[in-house]
Amino acid sequence: MSNPINSPTYSATNTGGAGPSPAVIPLRPYEPQPDLGTPPADGEAVALMIDGQPVSVPAGTSVLRAAGLAGIDIPKLCATDSLDAFGSCRVCLVEIEGRRGTPASCTTPVEEGMVVQTGSDKVQRLRRNVIELYLSDHRPEEGLENALLDIAADLGVNESRYDLGGRNHQDLPVDESNPYFRFDPASCIVCYRCVRACEDIQGTFALTVSGRGFDSVIAASQLDNFMESECVSCGACVDACPTAALQEKAVVEAGTPDSYQLTTCAYCGVGCSFRAELKDDQVVRMTPWKDGQANEGHACIKGRFAWGYATHSDRITSPMIRDSIDEPWREVGWEEAIAFAADRLKTIQAKYGRDSVGGITSSRCSNEETYLVQKLVRAGFGNNNVDTCARVCHSPTGYGLKTTLGESAGTQAFASVAKADCVVIIGANPTDAHPVFASRLKRRLREGAGLIVVDPREIELVSGAHVKADHHLQLRPGSNVAFANAMAHAILDAGLEDLDFIRARCEVPAFEAWRDFILQPENSPEALAEVTGIPADQLRAAARLYAQADNGAIYYGLGVSEHTQGSTMVMGIANLAMLTGNLGREGVGVNPLRGQNNVQGSCDMGSFPHELPGYRHVSDPAVRGLFEDAWGVELQPEPGLRIPNMFDASVAGRFKALYCQGEDVAQSDPNTHHVDAALRSLECLIVQDLFLNETARYAHVFLPGSSFLEKNGTFTNAERRISLVRKVIEPLARYEDWEVTQLLSNALGYPMNYAHPSEIMDEIAALTPTFAGVSYDRLDELGSIQWPCNDAAPAGTPTMHATEMVRGKGYFAITGYVPTEERTTRRFPLLLTTGRILSQYNVGAQTRRTENSRWHGEDVLELHVSDAEFRGIRDGDWVGVESRAGDTVLRARVTERVQPGVVYTTFHFPLTGANVVTTENSDWATNCPEYKVTAVQVTRVTQPSEWQRRYGKFTKKQESLLAAARKD
Amino acid sequence: MTLQIYVPADTTAAALGADAVARTVVVEASRHGMPIELVRNGSRGAYWLEPLLEVEDEQGRRGFGPVSPEDVGELMAAGFPNAGEHPLALGDVDDLPWLAQQTRVTFARVGIGDPLSLADYRAQGGVAGLQRALTLSPQGIVDEIKTSGLRGRGGAAFPTGIKWQTVLDAPADQKYVCCNADEGDSGTFADRLLMEADPFQLIEGMAIAGLAVGATKGLIYLRSEYPRARAVMDAALALARQEQVLGDDVLGSGKTFNIELRLGANAYICGEETSMLDSLEGKRGLVRYKPPLPAIEGLHGKPTVVNNVLSLAAASTILASGADAYEAHGTGRSRGTLTAQLGGNIRRGGLVEVPYGQTLGELVDGFGAGTHSGRPIRAIQVGGPLGTYLPAALLETPLDYEAFAAVGGMLGHGGIVVFDDSVDMSGMARFAMEFCAIESCGKCTPCRVGSVRGVEIIDRIRAGDQPELHLELLDELCDTMVDGSLCAMGGLTPAPVRSALKHFPEDFQRPVGPGGSYE
Repeated sequence: MSNPINSPTYSATNTGGAGPSPAVIPLRPYEPQPDLGTPPADGEAVALMIDGQPVSVPAGTSVLRAAGLAGIDIPKLCATDSLDAFGSCRVCLVEIEGRRGTPASCTTPVEEGMVVQTGSDKVQRLRRNVIELYLSDHRPEEGLENALLDIAADLGVNESRYDLGGRNHQDLPVDESNPYFRFDPASCIVCYRCVRACEDIQGTFALTVSGRGFDSVIAASQLDNFMESECVSCGACVDACPTAALQEKAVVEAGTPDSYQLTTCAYCGVGCSFRAELKDDQVVRMTPWKDGQANEGHACIKGRFAWGYATHSDRITSPMIRDSIDEPWREVGWEEAIAFAADRLKTIQAKYGRDSVGGITSSRCSNEETYLVQKLVRAGFGNNNVDTCARVCHSPTGYGLKTTLGESAGTQAFASVAKADCVVIIGANPTDAHPVFASRLKRRLREGAGLIVVDPREIELVSGAHVKADHHLQLRPGSNVAFANAMAHAILDAGLEDLDFIRARCEVPAFEAWRDFILQPENSPEALAEVTGIPADQLRAAARLYAQADNGAIYYGLGVSEHTQGSTMVMGIANLAMLTGNLGREGVGVNPLRGQNNVQGSCDMGSFPHELPGYRHVSDPAVRGLFEDAWGVELQPEPGLRIPNMFDASVAGRFKALYCQGEDVAQSDPNTHHVDAALRSLECLIVQDLFLNETARYAHVFLPGSSFLEKNGTFTNAERRISLVRKVIEPLARYEDWEVTQLLSNALGYPMNYAHPSEIMDEIAALTPTFAGVSYDRLDELGSIQWPCNDAAPAGTPTMHATEMVRGKGYFAITGYVPTEERTTRRFPLLLTTGRILSQYNVGAQTRRTENSRWHGEDVLELHVSDAEFRGIRDGDWVGVESRAGDTVLRARVTERVQPGVVYTTFHFPLTGANVVTTENSDWATNCPEYKVTAVQVTRVTQPSEWQRRYGKFTKKQESLLAAARKD
Repeated sequence: MTLQIYVPADTTAAALGADAVARTVVVEASRHGMPIELVRNGSRGAYWLEPLLEVEDEQGRRGFGPVSPEDVGELMAAGFPNAGEHPLALGDVDDLPWLAQQTRVTFARVGIGDPLSLADYRAQGGVAGLQRALTLSPQGIVDEIKTSGLRGRGGAAFPTGIKWQTVLDAPADQKYVCCNADEGDSGTFADRLLMEADPFQLIEGMAIAGLAVGATKGLIYLRSEYPRARAVMDAALALARQEQVLGDDVLGSGKTFNIELRLGANAYICGEETSMLDSLEGKRGLVRYKPPLPAIEGLHGKPTVVNNVLSLAAASTILASGADAYEAHGTGRSRGTLTAQLGGNIRRGGLVEVPYGQTLGELVDGFGAGTHSGRPIRAIQVGGPLGTYLPAALLETPLDYEAFAAVGGMLGHGGIVVFDDSVDMSGMARFAMEFCAIESCGKCTPCRVGSVRGVEIIDRIRAGDQPELHLELLDELCDTMVDGSLCAMGGLTPAPVRSALKHFPEDFQRPVGPGGSYE
């Protein structure tokens, strides 16, 4: 099957719903991804003759690529179409009429009327000799893909006439330091593809060539090994290597894959497309798919390498039940577990009322899965008590963008950043949390785009390899809205607003009211400097840089949303974009960077208690009627409970049962003590997950989940891109997650009969105008689709608000700055803020079960040198972090990345207890927790906190209860 | 008049003891109570006479050489006698046939005065070219260079005017003039001598190039092995800025041209223009493929003039004296003067500037006066380490680009290295490959791997190991390097190898011992 786009249709033939694994999409026979040698060009058509065959390609295309497009295979080693031509290997030499010598076809652009001979005796002789030169210093491992050996075979070169006992690199040690790949200099042909990939694609510049001439060797950093170098293990070098000198260890061990399937990464909101490659039905490699529109062949350490968790021994593959959380688990069959859960839910609803139960969907699950859970809650439970973990991350994005622009989503495709002239990064750390987008961004920055980083902490982009921010506005945590207002004030002050855009595209009276508000003296950069900590002149300079750029683009992350004024800040950002006319075309926009793979999708799918799929309010009778007709039930017109309301209601005794799919609220939600109390109060907690996660320790029913490799579905990434997740291996626990929800629904008496997730998508499309044109067949055909996709935009919508705002006219919302109540006091003099690290993901459930922990084995507390010195804290000391909510202990890292008065940590490890410290403060509009600001004190300590000791005990107990189940 | 004493301070003179001579001059003058003014000029290029001490008083200027520190007191005591009155006395140096028979154009000022006196420079006709350029349009300047017939003196001999025209015609917000002063060819030293003895001429030439093409920024890429040249250029650049020869208001014209001096890091390949540009950008010095030509996409991707020191220096003469005066020298398509550098096994080594068209023999036997050893000349390598080895039989070859190409050679940067009949030409062939192996940037395979295998094959041949098979393989390797290499480094390395094979085949038929010498 050479063209993956022409894959089978999804007209599932099996019926009967709950049977295992219907409509299997067959794996495709393995073949390397096609490579035309040099990147595409987009000039006018040029006609030439290659080997007597007329060829027409865009101007700027290389002769090598033109030949490839015409099906003429010119051998190549240093050329690959993900990198600019380099011209070093000299095997793609050709002859061109009227030109001297034998030019390299990779570095020679086509010209009108050119006549090319690709295989004359002269060039074949030259190629053979060059290959002989290579082979005189090449003793590769056998059985691996090796372009050099392939070319040698094609040319009939069996051996080198050169002296194999001459100088060589055959005795150099193999670098095995990286857990995922190894570098064998004996196979290296010094083609620089790895070095160029590290520079041009990844933008890390960790690799170089040391020495010159024959002594040239690939070096990680200063001849370090890969593990100790600046390498970030994105895998771009491994992908680029033509001779298996850089090779995944799993492939070295298992051999070249024999089949593959296209799928979508289950980590962050970039949503990279991958080829899951298998050998003997085992996944041996995840390779970024070159035609994947989100990532265009790039990946990061997580998606590329950290997939081993899927088969980790911690996976639970048998359903389990128990009557109370103090009892050992009992492994039971699916039927018994589902019956047990259904019975419990029914009993509780009978006893405590219809609204005493609810469900939580996960941004880690597919669109179809979240759709089904919310459908189960609304139609099966008969209430609207459904919420999603986006509650605790990007709910303000939905609210803020809907209010101002009319749609709860980012405005651009990732590729748009290539046209940005000034990029503003607010409260996001793309190199760690969205690395593949960061690589695109860094490429644009190296091309000269301006960069403004708004962050309390010095993230890598402030000063990284070949990247330096023009302005690092190091604001105080909690002062975002003050910053946005000062920025708007400075732009208006300088007369840099885009009045034409505002008049044409926005509500003018609202703008005028907003302008009057912003121009009040208390919103000037000078007046707000004390609040934000940003010097007024620097803020004004940054405002000019953004407003004067031809294309200004804002990217933001959870540093914007996870505040008491998260929604206000999102509106403030939208205001800035509208003010400067930076909407509706490529290179501009307002772009939330979503933390998890399907944050966008889980929100789109009606996971919020007040909204049905497509962000339509449950109180709207027309919308409700549509779903009532389709689902055959009456729906509640009142919004249900949000996650924090569920916890409060549980503690209050009104909320008794929860179906929690793929989400670990016990670790990820704020104020752990409160969550603990809420979960303990439940009479029935049903957890569906891969692992016995923190939440599952409070559960009564455990339903084994399936990893992304084990199921079909779709994810929607941060650019609204819907991509197919295709099943690669059979579910370890028999069922795909959507099937489990369906089983539960049927057991509850609300029938569901989907044979394949494509049917769920068909239902979504039928009920949701923005998804009207989406189907699995269409996704297969187009590769992916950015919604809205309907009759007006049959291939989807890369750029939103192109001709008019979704809400008609843009709305400038007044964004008064209200300081958070969480402020420093004498008792809690420091502000704790939280973030992410490259190698770990979210609560770490996946990445902690991989070798990624070798990069980051525990969370640490970053604090400034002066704060450390004042407290007698040295690097590596145990420190207690105490807030009014609780306290925890972790190791200190003394640094200047954070400003004095601010401390920082990550929350990838449960024992860190970051959320023991965070408070219940939350966004005024959406209840998104204020993770990013907690007043704390930090002191040197010698032992774990009380909570950590209790947590340790609880963990030990729950593990023993699990062990008991597994023994049986 | 105070007695003026000239002792050169350039690298070659210093290497031959000029600094000690200068110190002795000061000591002896003080001992003799003789009021003197010591001028550290540059060498006139007659290295066989260095250290060459010159004095100037009412009687005129007269030279002595080669002078050792021990000679200084005696000469002083003797009142610096005239020619014929002392074995070291040379009389007026300008009258020495070795200098008088040269046509000094680019090197006319070299050795006369203090290299760092801008007043001397102006007095000797300097700055006039830049002044004239300021009265011309950019196209007018380019036309002058075209008319002069100047071709690149770095080695490739590409017409300078056409290169400038390309840069002039390339629209850009920034253009550059890069001076290639990474003079790495064995047996060459002309760039160094010019920079050390007449630095303002280079500065002036670069400013003219800047005006011609619309570049406001110039960079000199100087090899780090030239510390004296660096010191002189640094000082000269400071003076030129101070005197507004450079800066934001060149000679009061309102035009901008600035020059930055950058140092190389001991890499021959960075004398290749595209590697040099990479190095100037702070990257590893790797050869770029062409096109795009540096004139279109050069430094930082902007249109860039890359010229050798001597080409840029010649531009100042051309503008000052007119294109026709320059064009009047030379022969055929080789116009102007050739700066030959005589080295190797030669009696009178040094810098000889003559119009194109004289024969190789006239230089080697005439100016050079045969070998230093007194043995017959066997081979001459012209054009640096990648140049062809010519047998004595080809001494009649005229020194012009086309005539040299016709015998398979190249003039290159003008280095002429002479070998007597004791030379082992298979060893020289091996050295050509070895040089390439040491200096290859390592980017393209024919050069990176081929040069190493070349050494190994020649070793086999020299050891008598299956010589026919290895000679055939060597021939194929040479084809591969010529046709397959990315730049001239790998592409030209076979030239000395093949010329050695062609003209001296007998040297490849005698087995040598393990130590590499003939048994």
